[in-house]
Amino acid sequence: MSEIAEHTGTRKKGFFAWIARWLFTTNHKEIGTLYLVLSGIMLLVGGSMAMLIRAELFIPGLQLVQPDFFNQMTTMHGLIMVFGVVMPAFVGLANWMIPMMIGAPDMALPRLNNWSFWILPFAFTILSSTLFLEGPAPNFGWTMYAPLSTTFGPASTDYLIFSVHLMGISSIMGAINVIATILNLRAPGMKMMRLPIFVWSWLITAFLLIAVMPVLAGAVTMMLMDRHFGTSFFNAAGGGDPLLFQHIFWFFGHPEVYIMILPAFGIISEILPTFSRKPIFGYKFMVYAIACIAFLSFIVWAHHMFVSGIPMAAELFFMYATMLIAVPTGVKVFNWVSTMFKGSLTFETPMLFAIAFVILFTIGGFTGLMLAIVPADYQYHDTYFVVGHFHYVLVPGALFSIFAAIYYWLPKWTGRMYNERLGKWHFWLSAISVNITFFPMHFLGLTGMPRRIPDYALQFTDFNMIASIGAFIFGLTQLLFLYNVVRTMFSRRTDNLPDNVWEGAHGLEWTLPTPAPAHTFALPPEVK
Amino acid sequence: MKNKTCGVRFNWLSRISLSLIGCLVGLLGHVTPAFADLKLNMLPGVTPLSKDIYDLHMVILLICVFIGVVVFGVMFYSIIKHRKSKGAIPAQFHENTVVEMTWAIIPLIILVIMAIPATIVIRDMHDTADSEVTIKITGYQWKWKYEYLDQGISYFSNLSTPYSEIHNEKPKNKWYLLEVDKPMVVPVGEKIRFLITSNDVIHSWWVPTLGVKKDAVPGFIHEAWAKVDKPGTYRGQCTELCGANHGFMPIVVIAKSKAEFAQWVAQQHGDKAKQVVASDKSYSKDELMKMGKAAYDKHCAVCHKVDGSGMPPAFPALKNSPVATGPIAKHIDVVVKGVSGTAMQAFGSQLSDKDLAAIITYERNAWGNNKGNGGMVQPSDVKAAKGQ
Repeated sequence: MSEIAEHTGTRKKGFFAWIARWLFTTNHKEIGTLYLVLSGIMLLVGGSMAMLIRAELFIPGLQLVQPDFFNQMTTMHGLIMVFGVVMPAFVGLANWMIPMMIGAPDMALPRLNNWSFWILPFAFTILSSTLFLEGPAPNFGWTMYAPLSTTFGPASTDYLIFSVHLMGISSIMGAINVIATILNLRAPGMKMMRLPIFVWSWLITAFLLIAVMPVLAGAVTMMLMDRHFGTSFFNAAGGGDPLLFQHIFWFFGHPEVYIMILPAFGIISEILPTFSRKPIFGYKFMVYAIACIAFLSFIVWAHHMFVSGIPMAAELFFMYATMLIAVPTGVKVFNWVSTMFKGSLTFETPMLFAIAFVILFTIGGFTGLMLAIVPADYQYHDTYFVVGHFHYVLVPGALFSIFAAIYYWLPKWTGRMYNERLGKWHFWLSAISVNITFFPMHFLGLTGMPRRIPDYALQFTDFNMIASIGAFIFGLTQLLFLYNVVRTMFSRRTDNLPDNVWEGAHGLEWTLPTPAPAHTFALPPEVK
Repeated sequence: MKNKTCGVRFNWLSRISLSLIGCLVGLLGHVTPAFADLKLNMLPGVTPLSKDIYDLHMVILLICVFIGVVVFGVMFYSIIKHRKSKGAIPAQFHENTVVEMTWAIIPLIILVIMAIPATIVIRDMHDTADSEVTIKITGYQWKWKYEYLDQGISYFSNLSTPYSEIHNEKPKNKWYLLEVDKPMVVPVGEKIRFLITSNDVIHSWWVPTLGVKKDAVPGFIHEAWAKVDKPGTYRGQCTELCGANHGFMPIVVIAKSKAEFAQWVAQQHGDKAKQVVASDKSYSKDELMKMGKAAYDKHCAVCHKVDGSGMPPAFPALKNSPVATGPIAKHIDVVVKGVSGTAMQAFGSQLSDKDLAAIITYERNAWGNNKGNGGMVQPSDVKAAKGQ
């Protein structure tokens, strides 16, 4: 990249110098790049596991893998996609963009920033190594329900626990850094209610991370205690309760869901106004809605446990609280549509992904509302209906927003425009195949197919085949994206892009030169 | 009954929704006959609760479809009309508190209206009082145990799909993976209370057409109930990941008329008496090997494999194993009492003495394990070992 090129003159050359540079970097842009590269690699790893799962489910019967290995794949796929792809990608975007959006020279705590990142490769190496050790890798689902993960868990579970601790430390430090940066390093005149919505969304996300990652750490530590130190937190025979695990896990897990979607809301709220050439509709309501969703995310966790035997009063409370989330989420969707309404729209790749996000995320939101209705949830729970639901919010939701963000800011980062034609191919193939993959899952769930099974009854064959074909197309399509990004990054051409790459873009990052030099806003800009 | 009135209350809604969905599916079916038998939606089921659930499902689905059509309609209108390429000049409005409050409050009202019938159905679901039959359901890795507490009947229900179908050696039958050796039998028209628990990990007992899904949690007993309207066979599966063979523990419920149910109960008592007699009988080695192969394939092969190779290290191989080639007493002990801290269960409480004797004999003589004179185990040996 060109900011690298700018510095090579003053830097030592050679392999070790190159390694040392990336290992010891405290530059927010370089660390942002590292996070995004890690996320891309993990996307390939987690995606390959998904391909294997869909290949096994292509037809009934056991063909490619044994049930125990199938369970290892679903477990690792979930963990890697959540902790290895979506979260690092958002942290990478935060690193790159927050200082540039608020007029700060770097993140507030650059060395902490370096450490937050470099913990992650080790965490994922430890997690992935379980696949190559003797005995099964973790095979109890990413939710790690006790006692399947404690009394009955394979030896590799301890690796998982250690790895989760590392990820938690990384996330907490990253979150502290984001909060410190946003609260302390804003340029003069950048008042809180002038912050770009992406920055707001990350500020709130960071508080969620600080609140819940320690809870997850507590849950896995209790698992460790039950496994090796004779405690019985989750063992009824020793006076514990298996449901305690679920309560603790989902007290982490539901805010975690919003950790994976709030930054996406922020990204979409940047992109839609740009390509609509019209300011975001209802800035204040958009910010309040994010805060409101974040608050509600702490009091809805037991909606993941409606059939687990919780009392009726709990079912009622958690149903009402969960249904309430539809209100702020609805406000966001309505405001996005109003932003587009009477704008002057163009459809570059980031905009296409943003529009697809609004539609497909909303479909995921609708099924989420359906799942909140307790009696109906008795039929939907733990079926492919749920698999369809959360993949709609995570793939055309979180993942599409990441694609949109990378296409949107890549020209600013590299100084070169990505290949628009290839970007459009990537979009259309992804948008079509993602629906071929995940829409039929709703039908499968409604007609009775449980999730996390390696083999199924004959009545489910047709839709499984369709879903698998969609998944293969979707998987292959992502290679187009990687090719497009890598080519833009390493191309030698210079595009002479203007500072404001997109006609309708506003915000401090677009006042910087393109490509953004290694050090920006050494002197704070004046925000009027 | 209150749940009936509840069903009536949104009958008109469900009727509209049904006809809408019906039109859509019918249209699809008309255009492409191949799709005519594709199943898309939840079934209304055969119990009052399952019908209420179905109605709620259709109402909330329709609300979502309606909101979706409106929101996406406006969006596509903008996409088509307000393009720069069509010379659209952007308006600059960016705020309207009244409008925004309105579209926060309208959904809130819709949600409150939706929450009322849902609350009524939840109350009914938890009302397990006045049941006429009580069945205790216990989840095991990977089978279900059914105990009729008032009738004194108790048995295990295992997957009956043969290994060869799962491994694509034979064509799959119609009820592939949804068939069991001994289904649960219930009377129609009577309120049945289920007491659900587990012996090892968390399972979940789900029969969609009965509208019952409840987690089986070790150490806790959860309740659910059903009242089946019409006789028939209803199928379901375990829906909580419970280990390697989570996908292979189906549920089959047969609903019979009250008279037929009484007959079935009587027959179960007769079978039990026969089993006691069978424990005292002696069998030839050939008989034991034949019965042992059948019982082994059914109860043991999911973990230890048909060829005895197992899935080490969690499920050790039996071929040339120290247990199967070592002393008989130790072998009986492992099978009858299980190995604590591992997935090996205590089969003494799950299988008959005859089956256990046959399985142990088979394990000691199959796959070349009989080099050191494998030996033979009679039901009486198992009975004696259990008594210790």
